[in-house]
Amino acid sequence: MKSDIELITSEGKRLDGRGPHDLRKIKIEAGVLHRADGSCYLEWGGNKVLVAVYGPREAVPRHTQNPLKAIVQARYNMAAFSVEDRKRPGPDRRSVEISKVISEALEKVILIDQFPRASIDVNIEVLDAEAGTRCAGLTAAGVALVDAGIPMRDIPVACAAGKIGGQVVLDLGKEEDNFGDADLPVAISPRTGEVLLLQMDGHLTFDEFDQAFNLALKGCHAVSEIQKKAIMLKYQSVAAEVQE
Amino acid sequence: MTIVPVIKRDYITKLAEQGKRIDGRSFEQYRNIEIETKVVNKAEGSARVKIGNTQVLVGIKIDLGEPFPDSPNMGVLSTAAELIPLASPDFESGPPREDAIELARVVDRGVRESQVVDVEKLVITPGEKVWIVFIDIHILDYDGNLFDAASLGALAALSTTTIPAKRFEEQLPEEFPKEDFPLPMSEPPISCTAVKINDFVLFDPCFDEEIIADARLTVATDHKGDIRAMQKGLSGSFSKEEIQKVIKGALDNGQEIRKKLYQSTGK
Repeated sequence: MKSDIELITSEGKRLDGRGPHDLRKIKIEAGVLHRADGSCYLEWGGNKVLVAVYGPREAVPRHTQNPLKAIVQARYNMAAFSVEDRKRPGPDRRSVEISKVISEALEKVILIDQFPRASIDVNIEVLDAEAGTRCAGLTAAGVALVDAGIPMRDIPVACAAGKIGGQVVLDLGKEEDNFGDADLPVAISPRTGEVLLLQMDGHLTFDEFDQAFNLALKGCHAVSEIQKKAIMLKYQSVAAEVQE
Repeated sequence: MTIVPVIKRDYITKLAEQGKRIDGRSFEQYRNIEIETKVVNKAEGSARVKIGNTQVLVGIKIDLGEPFPDSPNMGVLSTAAELIPLASPDFESGPPREDAIELARVVDRGVRESQVVDVEKLVITPGEKVWIVFIDIHILDYDGNLFDAASLGALAALSTTTIPAKRFEEQLPEEFPKEDFPLPMSEPPISCTAVKINDFVLFDPCFDEEIIADARLTVATDHKGDIRAMQKGLSGSFSKEEIQKVIKGALDNGQEIRKKLYQSTGK
């Protein structure tokens, strides 16, 4: 379905009033759940995501264990009420794929060699969805892993860029995702710049890809700062309590 | 079961003999309850309920569909609960199991049998087209007493639900009004749960109390002080006196909780 709505004006103003290089509003809170080993609540535009990390703990069933390293099992799940038309509960092909690429991205930064036979479980629940849930989920997972005290090389972070109305823009919103020309979610290890996740759908020229990719990287670094602030905020208050 | 609950059982019963509980509450006292409504934009109604550290999110979705053949003049209510692995180290992913199904059915009964939702007002064309109300219960953090948290969440979410008639405009008959309208509701019953450990009856069990409990009893009471639904669980037993005690406690706590529900939903 192609829409007649103008996603971006010639002056570069988008439907929600953002400029081409602006992120939606992001709010991150670390350590929000009681039972989980680590957790994070994240709002990114209209997305609301909750992540809980359990582990490292013994991997079950036993045949999934790796004697040399831990396995990372991310599970991306959308709440039935998180989308316009009710989604049937349980995994579908889309969520299984997203779970897989997020698991693989996280595995790269976690020091999995330290926990043979163990499993590190990352449960990503999308409570309210509005384009870009996989980036939101992975970004929240990074913070929840830190909160769980899982040793990592870096805090993974994700952000998407894309193309709408012929222009390359950062962080696609709902209509832009539905009616835009291309979507490019990227996750990186911000310290080294290594790319952990990369997907694209749509149509981009080589130059446009280059532009979009660089824009996504810039977005990742900006989000990374918000992640660090959220973690600092949680542990500064913990430190203050300990000193009292 | 590991050794830890055995040690905790010893500790909890010793405290109970002195009239105390692990978090300092009295036997009848609930933990702090927080209700927040309209937390999910995509849902037609939603609420997040916290009872102590237990946290539940309930979302309502509305769809059009056919009524059941045996009740052509009633809308359809459907309740599902997911004990997602986010909420506890012991929950596993996969299709809902016994516990989740019991939870969904107890909440469903509380909502259905009390007629808190006026399903007869959800009919568009009798026998053909009705509104379907999906109640989806998402457990976010499990620290005991899911029954009360889930049913309170369902009631709070339902009280803030709007029927999106405008969105379904094209599928509605001509004479049907196309304006969104609030879900028709009447006075809600409130569920209160108590567990029995040895000979002690404790209301609103936390996780440590719940895993060692011998028996559990949930009682839903309405604003007139009548009983609207009950469910006994686990393999232990209750005496008649204990059941009366639970009903009395459910009435007292139910009144307080009903006040909180009204405050949060603005009714």
